[in-house]
Amino acid sequence: MKKLTQRIDKERLLLGLAAPLLAIVAALVVTALVILATGKNPGDAFSDMVTYGSASDSQVYILNKATTYYLAGVSVAIGFRMNLFNIGVDGQYRMAAFFAAVLGGALTLPGWIAIPLIILCAMATGALWAAIAGILKVTRGVSEVISTIMLNSIATAIIAYLLQPGKLAELQSGGTIVSTEPLPHSSYFFSIDTGPAGVLWGFIVIAVLVGIAYWFVLGRTRFGFDLRAVGQSESAATASGVSVKKMVATSMVISGAVAGLIGMPTLLNDSHQFSNDFPSGIGFTGIAIALLGRNNPVGIALGALLWGFLERTTNHLEFQGYDKEILGVIQGVIVLCVVIAYEVVRRYGLKRQQQRVGAELAAQAAATKKQEVA
Amino acid sequence: MKILYGMQQPDEGTITVNGDQVTFGNPADAIARGIGMVHQHFMLADNLTVLENVVLGAEKLHGIGAKARTKIREISDAYGLNVRPDVLLEELGVADRQRVEILKVLYRGAKTLILDEPTAVLVPQEVDALFANLRELKAEGLTVIFISHKLGEVLSVADEITVIRRGTTVGTVEPKGTTPKQLAELMVGSELPTPETQESTVTDVPLLKLDGLHLTQTDLDGVERIILDAISFTIHKGEVLGIAGVEGNGQSELVEAIMGMRHPDTGVVTLDGVDISHIPTRSRREAGVGYIPEDRHRHGLLLEAPLWENRILGHVTEKPNSRGQLLDIKAARTDTERIVEAYDVRTPGIDVTAASLSGGNQQKLIVGREMSHAPKLLIAAHPTRGVDVGAQAAIWDHIREARREGLAVLLISADLDELIGLSDTLRVMYRGRLVADADPATITPEELGSAMTGAATGHLEHTEDDAR
Repeated sequence: MKKLTQRIDKERLLLGLAAPLLAIVAALVVTALVILATGKNPGDAFSDMVTYGSASDSQVYILNKATTYYLAGVSVAIGFRMNLFNIGVDGQYRMAAFFAAVLGGALTLPGWIAIPLIILCAMATGALWAAIAGILKVTRGVSEVISTIMLNSIATAIIAYLLQPGKLAELQSGGTIVSTEPLPHSSYFFSIDTGPAGVLWGFIVIAVLVGIAYWFVLGRTRFGFDLRAVGQSESAATASGVSVKKMVATSMVISGAVAGLIGMPTLLNDSHQFSNDFPSGIGFTGIAIALLGRNNPVGIALGALLWGFLERTTNHLEFQGYDKEILGVIQGVIVLCVVIAYEVVRRYGLKRQQQRVGAELAAQAAATKKQEVA
Repeated sequence: MKILYGMQQPDEGTITVNGDQVTFGNPADAIARGIGMVHQHFMLADNLTVLENVVLGAEKLHGIGAKARTKIREISDAYGLNVRPDVLLEELGVADRQRVEILKVLYRGAKTLILDEPTAVLVPQEVDALFANLRELKAEGLTVIFISHKLGEVLSVADEITVIRRGTTVGTVEPKGTTPKQLAELMVGSELPTPETQESTVTDVPLLKLDGLHLTQTDLDGVERIILDAISFTIHKGEVLGIAGVEGNGQSELVEAIMGMRHPDTGVVTLDGVDISHIPTRSRREAGVGYIPEDRHRHGLLLEAPLWENRILGHVTEKPNSRGQLLDIKAARTDTERIVEAYDVRTPGIDVTAASLSGGNQQKLIVGREMSHAPKLLIAAHPTRGVDVGAQAAIWDHIREARREGLAVLLISADLDELIGLSDTLRVMYRGRLVADADPATITPEELGSAMTGAATGHLEHTEDDAR
């Protein structure tokens, strides 16, 4: 009996790995075809990607990018785990980063007070922005997909309005960039200088902590169990005593708070100000990464690293004379393949387990029957 | 049956239809070969007419207009089904819906009919009508495969009976010259379990008191419908209160109101002297309410989660599942092993998903889970539906045992034998009201059945000439 359990577990692991591998292989094939179609050699492109991507300065770049992407992935995954599609991560993190930057620029406190304050401000802003969608869903039944998409646009408008000279921002000396007041040096987050390879952002530590917290809260606490129960079956969760409405609101707020962290690595480790070229659209990247990582804390990390790797290496391909659209093609194909592959593998796994359990029980029954006869 | 209807592929063995060996890749293949299935759970759309439901997916046969209507009338008359094609499905009762399902299958040209537990939702009078229909079909040369747990029905309607136990054929008998007892022994391999409770354990300590429960619901057309009307009863410690009724007369809503999943407009629910009318579901569960839901897939299990997580479901705040805010996974797993052992849940391990267990084993897991928290009140809605005879007996035993120790049980069931056998008190529910009560010691299923259709109200007295 023990053997079968182990076998099922091993199988489950294999099936779990099968889906992303399948997706990535399919994406490689499609990309190769696309490069071939443009009249170039895909083999050269891939080998260039690997050599360039494994250079030490690329590694640091990828880790820094992945830090941001990881937070985005976790933020989206929290919603996914209970069947909430928080598309609004994008608006949430931009609002959060903006107000945190305004606060950070205004503060003249020592770093050990200012940095936590900035981070808290970002999380609170993200949570509040997400809470609007949560409250609308709970009280009026508005689909979170619709409301968060609209909140994204509203966030863009609000930031555009406030990010003007004379409002909450100022014109930079260059004259083309408008930004919030830069953070004082004391409010910079620590970073690790790796010499010629570049500077590794210290915020990666926070990202790891968030990952651990995500795993712990979902897998080891009562709250996490309730949240997962709602995600798997709302009706069963209600019958088990979970208040689904409260859960929807709470998880939306938590997702928003984590979304608030997404802009922090950039703000505290890199740009130190919110300007009109602050990275946008990372919320959508987060959706892709959460899908790729199967909402699993380690999976999301791998997805984030892959995304960073693709971005870094395809940028370089452009200098080698390849088309820069390759990146979009690879990413798009991966996401599509991942979604299809997971569903296929999930159904296959479920069916297979049912068959195996049936077969095992039949074998047991047959064995006892033989004993009876003998 | 799933294999015969093409929903699942066999590992080995063959199917022969009319002398041809066939393989079915999907239900469409089976239909093409003239095999049609009437599922236990109806697959009909409420907001379409009978005609529309019948032609749905078979538009190519006779179109969707007058020709189809004529054809439906033709079939209906030929087999005495008495189906009116232009009625909205939501206006039909369960028995009528079932006839629509049968007609749907015939319309597609089925020559072999599979009926899966067709009588589970019918009252005895409706069962007789169904049997008359089936005999009609038989007379017209059709083949009917009738799957049932109820021995009396099988004996009365079948020409040949095949007994299947744990996936293998254990015997084929002629109904003539076979007694229910012999058949039952074939089914379980031993004595037939009866749901008879031996000695009364009813005390005079009231445990659950419902007072004037009233629930209305506004449906999509804006019409206010009364779901529950002036429901009052008391269950004492050690008492099983059975509620009979055709499904859809407010039983599910009553259960959900007691569980706190629905909020009645007026009325008071008192558990063990404490007013629980306004506390959330979780607090009610913590206060000692065990719940065996009528639809275990929707309300009782997380199908894609492993068994040990399902053991936690509904009792996440209680020992051994958690300590403070944290889950105690080790203790929960150990306890799951215990339940699997004690309640004879047949599974290769506690890490398989709930979906991979058979219905009976899922149900045993739920019963084990609910009983493990020493409930004061057990709400059991159709606790043995779709469960094999062996598991049924085990579940009855567990309920009886707990009742001896002072458990109060609210039993809702469509199986009248189960209701009569297990209950200390019987009530009949009809259109959201408790219309009749009866003494389970003397009442017969037929008498109960007439009250379930609203034909009799008040206190049901058993009359000698009505006995079967």
